[in-house]
Amino acid sequence: MKRVVYREWRIAPERYWSLLGFLAALIGVAALSFGYMEHEGHWVSGMNNSVVWGMPHVFAVFLIVAASGALNIASIGSVFKKPIYKPLGRLSGLLAVAMLMGGLLVLVMDLGRPERLIVAMTSYNFSSIFAWNIFLYTGFMVIVIAYLWSMADRKGGPFNYSIGLFALVWRLALTTGTGSIFGFLVARQAYDAAILGPMFVALSFAYGLAVFMLVLLFSFDEEGRPIGPRLMRRLRNLLALFIGVALYFTLVYHLTNLYIAENDSLEHWLLLSGGIYTFLFWVGWILAGSLIPMWILYHPVLSQQRDWIIGACALVIVGGFAAMYVIIIGSQAFPMALFPGHTIIESGFADGVNGAAAAYWPTIPEILLGLGGVAMALLITAVGVRVLQFLPESLADDVVAPDEETLDAPPFAKPA
Amino acid sequence: MAKAVVRIGLVALGLVWGAFAAQAAQADEVKRYVVEGSQAAERSACVEPTERMRRMHMEFIQHQRIATVHEGIRDTQYSLTGCVDCHISYDANRNPRPINQPDQFCGACHRYAAVDLNCFDCHASVPNRPAADAEAAHRAAGVTGAPHGGGH
Amino acid sequence: MNEDKTTTPVDSGRRGFLGTAAGVSAAALVAPGVFLHSVAAAPRTEAVTDAVRWGLLIDTAKCADGCSACVSACERENGLDLQEPHSATSKWEQQQAAWIRKVKLQDNQTGRITNLPMMCQHCEDPPCVDVCPTGASFKRADGIVMVDRHLCIGCRYCMMACPYKARSFIHQPLTGQLTAVPRGKGCVESCNLCVHRRDNGEDSTACVDACAAEGHGAILFGDLKDPNSAISQRLREIPSRQIREDLVLNTGVRYAGV
Ligand code: HEC
Ligand code: HEC
Ligand code: HEC
Repeated sequence: MKRVVYREWRIAPERYWSLLGFLAALIGVAALSFGYMEHEGHWVSGMNNSVVWGMPHVFAVFLIVAASGALNIASIGSVFKKPIYKPLGRLSGLLAVAMLMGGLLVLVMDLGRPERLIVAMTSYNFSSIFAWNIFLYTGFMVIVIAYLWSMADRKGGPFNYSIGLFALVWRLALTTGTGSIFGFLVARQAYDAAILGPMFVALSFAYGLAVFMLVLLFSFDEEGRPIGPRLMRRLRNLLALFIGVALYFTLVYHLTNLYIAENDSLEHWLLLSGGIYTFLFWVGWILAGSLIPMWILYHPVLSQQRDWIIGACALVIVGGFAAMYVIIIGSQAFPMALFPGHTIIESGFADGVNGAAAAYWPTIPEILLGLGGVAMALLITAVGVRVLQFLPESLADDVVAPDEETLDAPPFAKPA
Repeated sequence: MAKAVVRIGLVALGLVWGAFAAQAAQADEVKRYVVEGSQAAERSACVEPTERMRRMHMEFIQHQRIATVHEGIRDTQYSLTGCVDCHISYDANRNPRPINQPDQFCGACHRYAAVDLNCFDCHASVPNRPAADAEAAHRAAGVTGAPHGGGH
Repeated sequence: MNEDKTTTPVDSGRRGFLGTAAGVSAAALVAPGVFLHSVAAAPRTEAVTDAVRWGLLIDTAKCADGCSACVSACERENGLDLQEPHSATSKWEQQQAAWIRKVKLQDNQTGRITNLPMMCQHCEDPPCVDVCPTGASFKRADGIVMVDRHLCIGCRYCMMACPYKARSFIHQPLTGQLTAVPRGKGCVESCNLCVHRRDNGEDSTACVDACAAEGHGAILFGDLKDPNSAISQRLREIPSRQIREDLVLNTGVRYAGV
């Protein structure tokens, strides 16, 4: 077992700059769509008075949820004292900050009056979960930056555990808070469920890790840094476990909804007759996002192969977007139960006439705006690993710590 | 990012205002903005002494805004509606001319001072109070072509 | 008053006629009324207090099928009729703003049909106010729930939270707004019980006037806290309920006959 050495990401300049150029182009296009939506008004988007949050929110919430999940690796290393994860802590922190920034950017760019952002920062309504989330998000960034410092600087070492613990608690609060943005909406049947908070935490574990693994594998492959089978096995098993936990919460959520008689129609709609939402739920969220990756990751042969693992991670992310689409948009499309026991047969404002779902079809500017957030997160990461020492030189088996619990061993990964 | 833009904007605004104030100090040379043909042109004074109006009108309006929107107080003299009523001018056909146009009262001075107001995105820039003949008023004012037109 | 009139077949023919002529007749009948009120009343000089709580009582038995006088009156009063369609028709229907709408219901068990207007219910504990991050969504002391559009950043969280789908987001740039009702792109808005009329001391709302002018008188406006107001008296006389009573929001808009 050797000392872990961190090095800047030194891929060939042409490759690096073309990567940056590509990401920057995506961001530029997103900026244009923002300008377009801003100038024309939101009518150019698919969003309307029934489905008020659309594609940008799917991207933003995915990024924010995945951001808090990405920090898990660092927490496992320093708070739960699994030294094998320690060398991954820095990248985990960087990704967390980057994805949070990307997500928030998308949220802000979708506001009806983004020029009043200053208002959002100076006038708070403390009964709003949204306002609390603004604190949770900014706090998260500060804490993760402190956490990164404690991982990277010799002087920070002694604080590493306590900052790590604090970061862990904070990120749990953050994801619960994000879930609660929806969870406290009594108006909409699908959201009126306390389990949304914990469910978002479970989802965040899976999405965060999947993104983390993709970025790790990509950056190591590009530069030919080795990742040993031992670490791969660990990450793989962890991902499979997280997917399982997320699936479990999904199951509980729908079972409780089925149990509550008044939500029967909602479940019936979503699971059987909801068109695109039913499709995305079963094929996107459950099949592609959960069952197939689990099958790959537990498969004796496929799980040994890097490309299949990459495929599994990608599927988890695809499933994550499908899940967000179903949770965010599907729940708005389903008509609100204004008059229980009655059917609305005519309405001047799309109240779900005869139980019809509200129409929503994403438009290109919305999607480009969302992709811009993803590109922003990746750009920050790419710049970060290039200029600072985030990535360990090697994660080969002889470098990473043994699997055993070493609770009272001294902090393993000394700063480089 | 947006914050930075706002901050730069504020700094720029401050500089312009500084220049403006310096100029305003030379009392005799002050450019007049009250527009010919407006009610204000026939009166001798604004709702406050002119000098005070020049420097403080934004604060008066801001204060009025909170009082009106949150407390329902509508009688005070600083209402935005009031400013428009008294300072509006009319063209040859007696049609009101939007007050934020660059050659009109609010618009001219703000352009000079490089102040970018978005108040008239929402607030009527011509007086058209009675709801029933609003459409006629809009057409007359040339604010909008055909209110019920179907085009995109 | 003439409650039983609304169910006679004779009346429904008359209603059909009035429905088509609603725009014209509402304007003709209401406008002089407004004029009289505004002469009599004076703008408010003191801050509103919680000594009053404005509310509506909607008697669905009197609300006529096919009549939308309240809707067009509201749109005229607040300049909503000046909205120009931007997107394709089917999409525009979902994107244009509506402060009040007619809803027609059928009881799943009995097949009974009910007509009613829906608007902001002016809750005592409004979810939209709880969730608004900037405090733009607020409840005035006199019970009117509204949006301070100088603070609204257009995040639409209030629309997510509203159980009545009462709010609209302005999806397009506007021109030619009414002086009394500023509105603009990128903010959320909803029925504010004709707040400009309240502050000028008038005694009803556009929808109430229009409904009365049609001869239905299905909507009653008044002070819920004043035991002698017409609305309080009527609430004592007939059974009424709040929509989505299960949420215990204590709405200021009550419905009889649903
Ligand atoms: C009753 C009519 C009236 C109303 C209402 C009114 N003004 Fe004036 N305003 C005047 C007159 C008259 C003058 C010119 C005074 C003078 O000649 O010194 C004036 C001058 C001004 C000036 C100085 C113009 C210059 O040339 O430097 C400003 C600024 C101004 N008004 C702003 C406002 C604002 C803002 C409001 C609304 C809060 C308002 N006014 C409401 C009548 C009015
Ligand atoms: C004599 C020149 C002048 C006239 C006339 C004038 N303004 Fe201004 N106004 C200014 C200046 C200069 C500022 C910028 C002050 C600052 O930023 O400190 C300003 C700022 C404002 C602001 C605050 C803007 C902000 O971003 O906070 C409002 C609101 C405003 N003006 C309203 C009006 C209205 C309405 C009228 C017409 C009735 C009007 N002004 C006419 C010079 C003028
Ligand atoms: C997004 C739309 C919007 C914008 C932009 C806006 N307002 Fe308003 N304003 C409103 C609404 C809505 C009211 C409430 C009117 C009512 O309740 O009758 C209002 C009311 C007011 C009032 C009280 C009514 C009056 O006539 O005096 C003032 C003053 C006011 N606004 C000032 C401003 C100023 C100054 C600006 C620009 C800095 C501005 N507003 C920008 C929507 C807007």
